[in-house]
Amino acid sequence: MTKEVLSISQLNEYIRGKLDADPLLNQIAVRGEISNYKMYPSGHHYFSLKDESSVLKCVMFKGNAMRLRFRPENGMKVIAMGKVSVFPRDGAYQLYCSALAMDGIGDLYAAFEALKKKLSAEGLFDPAHKQPLPRYPGTIGIITSSAGAAVHDMLRILNKRYPLTQVRLLPVRVQGAEAPGEIAAAIGYANHYQLADLLIVGRGGGSIEDLWAFNDERVAYAIYESRIPIISAVGHEPDVTISDYVADLRAATPSNAAELAVPDMNALQQNLDAMSGSMAAALARQLKASRQRLEMLANRPSMQKPTGYLEQKEKALELLKNRLVSAQTQMLNRERHRYVASVSKLDAMSPLKVLTRGYAYAQTEDGTVLKSVDQVEAGQQITVSLSDGRLSATVMKKENVK
Amino acid sequence: MNAKNKTFEQSMTRLEEIVRTMERGEASLEESLKLFQEGTELIRCCGKILEDAELQVKKIMTAPDGTPVEVEFEHEL
Repeated sequence: MTKEVLSISQLNEYIRGKLDADPLLNQIAVRGEISNYKMYPSGHHYFSLKDESSVLKCVMFKGNAMRLRFRPENGMKVIAMGKVSVFPRDGAYQLYCSALAMDGIGDLYAAFEALKKKLSAEGLFDPAHKQPLPRYPGTIGIITSSAGAAVHDMLRILNKRYPLTQVRLLPVRVQGAEAPGEIAAAIGYANHYQLADLLIVGRGGGSIEDLWAFNDERVAYAIYESRIPIISAVGHEPDVTISDYVADLRAATPSNAAELAVPDMNALQQNLDAMSGSMAAALARQLKASRQRLEMLANRPSMQKPTGYLEQKEKALELLKNRLVSAQTQMLNRERHRYVASVSKLDAMSPLKVLTRGYAYAQTEDGTVLKSVDQVEAGQQITVSLSDGRLSATVMKKENVK
Repeated sequence: MNAKNKTFEQSMTRLEEIVRTMERGEASLEESLKLFQEGTELIRCCGKILEDAELQVKKIMTAPDGTPVEVEFEHEL
């Protein structure tokens, strides 16, 4: 009765002080389902969290709300972090929410594993289906948000490594309900109009919900059906999405995708220098070998004294000539001797010579030389030749000696 | 579509072929000299293409008939 009477404001402030002093209420996480969700033009978000039997009023101020990685909707199960305090004007306590996370991440993982299993069974991850990337892509299509940091990281790296390529950006939403359809459509569109030699599909890092579009089977099928090779570039290193499994190549990050997509200009320049060196070395080797062969040939006797060959042949010719001449002489001498011998032999055998020694020969009238008495008859005329003339005679009588 | 890149790609392929042939040492000296000349010219040409290159970035928009239209994409490198 004698107690001090407080104003409402004083009471509410008092209670607020009590709550604010409580360490648990100062940093608390609470699970519930969103309802009465409202976003005001001020940028502050107001909603309630409820479970089966109770409701908690929540507010999320603009600064925190801007960091939200998803768009909260009624019915969504979330975990809200923040502090519980009193809104003095209404005399109501509420949760001043600093961060919101989707609850039921476990369900997402289960869905991810189920889809992975299904697509794997359908052969979407088959290594044999993966296409090789072009070595020197002339045009690279980038399918991502045109607003994010990812696209700028990629452009910076592409420009640094291989500015010879052309980039075609196909802007899409990379998170939210529309994202999977847009990404899949962009892949199909790029294929239909043959907009690129190589596609990079992805986005920068984010929560598992942010990356969820890349775990959508529409995106998976679109990647699988693409005739343009695709590098998947979703999130950071540890994030692995279905897209990564289906793509022809998985990059850890968008920047990494840009590095994998093109050769490095500096390395190419070095490569060119190395090829220049290889060619020069090969040519020098060949020149040296040729020179050695030349020297070897030049040192041969025939090249040292080019007339030697002729002289040698000349000598051989001379020798042959001499042999020919002497052979000829010998033959002539031999023939001469034979001639002389023949002549003297002839001379000795000459019938005239014999006649001078007292021999004669008889012939019939027809000139037949008589060698037998049978060749003539008695009374026949014959001629008898002597060394100095002839006698005509008549055969008187025939007488056989034997 | 990207003529310089095509030239570069073809030149690189030809260069690799030339270097392989020369390193095998099977060509005649006269052929090797010719290859060396050709290779040196290709290397000079490739180097120049790389040096002069500038990244082209276009955003693809869709015309009412569905065909793609290229528009400049503002970007900082």
